[in-house]
Amino acid sequence: MSEDFNDNKTIQAQSSEAISGGGSGIATDADYVRPAEVADQDLYHGHSFITKWIFCQDAKVIGVQYFLLATFTGIIGLILSWLMRLQLGFPELVPFMTAEHYYQFVTMHGMIMVVYFLTALFLGGFGNYLIPLMVGARDMVFPYLNMVSFWSFFVAVAVLLASFFVPGGPTGSGWTLYPPQAILEGTPGSGWGIMLMCISLILFVAGFTMGGLNYLITVLQARTRGMTLMRMPLTVWGIFTATVLAMLAFPALLVGALMMSLDNVLGTSFFMPTILKAGEVLEYGGGSPILFQHLFWFFGHPEVYIVALPAFGIISDLISVHARKNIFGYRMMVWAIVGIGALSFFVWAHHMYVSGMNPWFGFFFATTTLIIAVPTAMKVYNWILTLWRGNIRLNTVMLWCLGFIVTFVNGGITGIFLGNVSVDVPLSDTYFVIAHFHMVMGIAPLMVIMGAVYHWFPLVAGRFLDEKLGKWHFWLTFLGAYSIYFPMHYLGFIGVPRRYFEMYDSPYVTSAVGMNEFISLAAFIVGAAQFILIYNIIKTLKTGKPAGHNPWQACSLEWLTPSVPPEHGNWGDRLPTVHRWAYDFSVPGAKEDFITQTTPPSEVAHTKVEKT
Amino acid sequence: MHVGIIFFLVILGSVLFHIFTPWYWTDVASNWGGMDDTITLTFWIGGGVFIAVCLFMVYCVFKFSYKKERKAEYKPEDKKLEKILTWATTIGVAALLAPGLIIWNQYVNVPKNAIEIDVMAWQWGWQYRLPGEDGKLGTTKVVNINDDNPFGINLDDPFGNDDVMIQSDVINLENNRPVKILLRSVDVLHNWYVPQFRAKMDAVPGIVTYYWFEPNKTGEFEVLCAEYCGVGHYAMRGGVEVQDKQDYDNWLQQQETFSDLIAKQKILENEKTKLAKK
Repeated sequence: MSEDFNDNKTIQAQSSEAISGGGSGIATDADYVRPAEVADQDLYHGHSFITKWIFCQDAKVIGVQYFLLATFTGIIGLILSWLMRLQLGFPELVPFMTAEHYYQFVTMHGMIMVVYFLTALFLGGFGNYLIPLMVGARDMVFPYLNMVSFWSFFVAVAVLLASFFVPGGPTGSGWTLYPPQAILEGTPGSGWGIMLMCISLILFVAGFTMGGLNYLITVLQARTRGMTLMRMPLTVWGIFTATVLAMLAFPALLVGALMMSLDNVLGTSFFMPTILKAGEVLEYGGGSPILFQHLFWFFGHPEVYIVALPAFGIISDLISVHARKNIFGYRMMVWAIVGIGALSFFVWAHHMYVSGMNPWFGFFFATTTLIIAVPTAMKVYNWILTLWRGNIRLNTVMLWCLGFIVTFVNGGITGIFLGNVSVDVPLSDTYFVIAHFHMVMGIAPLMVIMGAVYHWFPLVAGRFLDEKLGKWHFWLTFLGAYSIYFPMHYLGFIGVPRRYFEMYDSPYVTSAVGMNEFISLAAFIVGAAQFILIYNIIKTLKTGKPAGHNPWQACSLEWLTPSVPPEHGNWGDRLPTVHRWAYDFSVPGAKEDFITQTTPPSEVAHTKVEKT
Repeated sequence: MHVGIIFFLVILGSVLFHIFTPWYWTDVASNWGGMDDTITLTFWIGGGVFIAVCLFMVYCVFKFSYKKERKAEYKPEDKKLEKILTWATTIGVAALLAPGLIIWNQYVNVPKNAIEIDVMAWQWGWQYRLPGEDGKLGTTKVVNINDDNPFGINLDDPFGNDDVMIQSDVINLENNRPVKILLRSVDVLHNWYVPQFRAKMDAVPGIVTYYWFEPNKTGEFEVLCAEYCGVGHYAMRGGVEVQDKQDYDNWLQQQETFSDLIAKQKILENEKTKLAKK
């Protein structure tokens, strides 16, 4: 640790025996908080434009960088979805739309939205910005590694987008990249495209591991005095658990991508059995395509929760703050997050009920999958019970929360259809699946992201986003997205398979032409509505209403920095000391309807705070 | 006020859409009506939960929206309520899982009297093979496949000779007789799927996968490929014609067997050599 620290910044390191030994003796002093065990973190402060804003080591700037790049990639994903919906709703309207292009757009849309948009945004974006602030740290524990993490992500995105410009174009193997088709002719981008996709994923995983180590160790080691694990905001719990999942799940994807690259380039046969192609037997033999599917979904299912758990955490905080009420059943919420995270590693093959794996696995995976519904349902109950007898501000943030509850419950329940093995048989590989996962891990997390943007923008930029524009943004997005995906389930009931470039005149499909047109129109509107937010942000940065300190009257630490927006190092001279959980809203006897985490008990001695 | 009303209308609209939708599943044409019943049951329980949760939410929006003078309730936990909710959910989930698993047990256990059909898939088409009088299909290998042996039957396997070969993407099935679909692929993943039969399974190169059903309605049905298999995926269609026993037997009589094909090839070859000699 640095020698030239000011005295008031340095906190004496103390041995752990001294702390545990002295614990009982000072318990009478209600304001007592254990002293810090290590000295304050020494930070590298950027001096030039490049070290301050580009190769920056401040987690907040890195968070914004992740956010902006993920959003940029997400907009590309959005445009691809428009092109797909043009083809599905109004075939032959787009002159350049061939089956090859359609499948390339499907693939890139899926991969971009799941990995490069949602994962990067929740963990890289919100994780970086919020974790140090919420646990009372000055920064992530490894700021340099954190910077490298973002730039790895940048290169990963560049490689991914470069595949649009290579011979054969990007891969069109579906976002699941199943071999053998992914690397065989007959699938678009089976040469360069899939190669770049694998490289990009490998870079992403490498970069993510650097970031992920930071999130985990910051949460475990750099919490400020008094910030026990069971006092952390659920946002941190969600991101923390999701990162643990990512650290365990991404290696499976990395291995799958590596092995498939070897099959593609060196002619190994990890996933390639004997194959007859255009009358000739290829030089492969003995590999198993299902092995790849196991690797992919061992990553792929936890991936769903890598997106969902941060969303669960964030939404809990937003609902609590804006309902002016503590989150109901905090401990249950924490254990539900951890439990869902652990269970998520035992359900992957529910994506493979009809994949040709041993069908007896179906019994096991259906059971584990439906078990996971229980902690998930508990979370939903606790969200709505937090609204119960609350004092609900119906602002834009709360609207997104309500939209989340509706779309998440809807998508969660259709998940029970698909998880229940024999019900999945008629519905798998149909539009029901598309409707389900877009509702539950597309729209629902998007609602959280938007709610979080409206909630934390005043912290990041010091100004409120415009409420009126925000409400337009919400209603167009929510009503539009709901009318895209709710009716889409019924296409699946008819039996319309997914990944069909065209339906021709199958008898059970012609009746759905009108619905397809309607869904496409709704998709155009929802996509366009997102630009309201971009306009809102630009407008707000110039003329928005200044927010000042703690504008939502929240309890958690991120709002309690000495300056708004927080500066590098977050806390000025002194780290905050935490005395309570992040949800002391509307405590009986308190003067105001919130008690911040840093308020010592002696200041609110007359209130009836329950032990937390 | 309007927030609660709009959310209420969304819930109401969802329910009405479900009741009055013109888009719903096709009439089931196999023994898997139980899948439809489980879906219906899931709709009742799951839909009930969805409506209850959302209406509770809407009620809270109406009843507890912000008033400056009011203070929210302070109640961090309610162990009893949480316990009740956990158990109620567990029971509901178990009630859905049980019928699902019972039907899956039927799905993986093929009846003994099922007729085996070899469904061979490639980019992008289907062909079919039925066992001959011996009731058994001959074994196959991908490397054996050529113009003379379109299914790649092992020539030294005696069961293969009388196999009935249907080199067409349409196959006929006998009504009310269970069939075991044996799926194989010579190149990439495929999936032989008839929406009216409800059942499906991927064809995976390198292994043989299976599922079974018993058609119970005569008529023609469209076969769709239900696993993405490259640019021709959407065009990879086939057909099934379910017939009564007599029509089916007549149809079966007219089909060629593998030994017929070999004999035909021999005649052709003999003629060729004769021509060459001349």
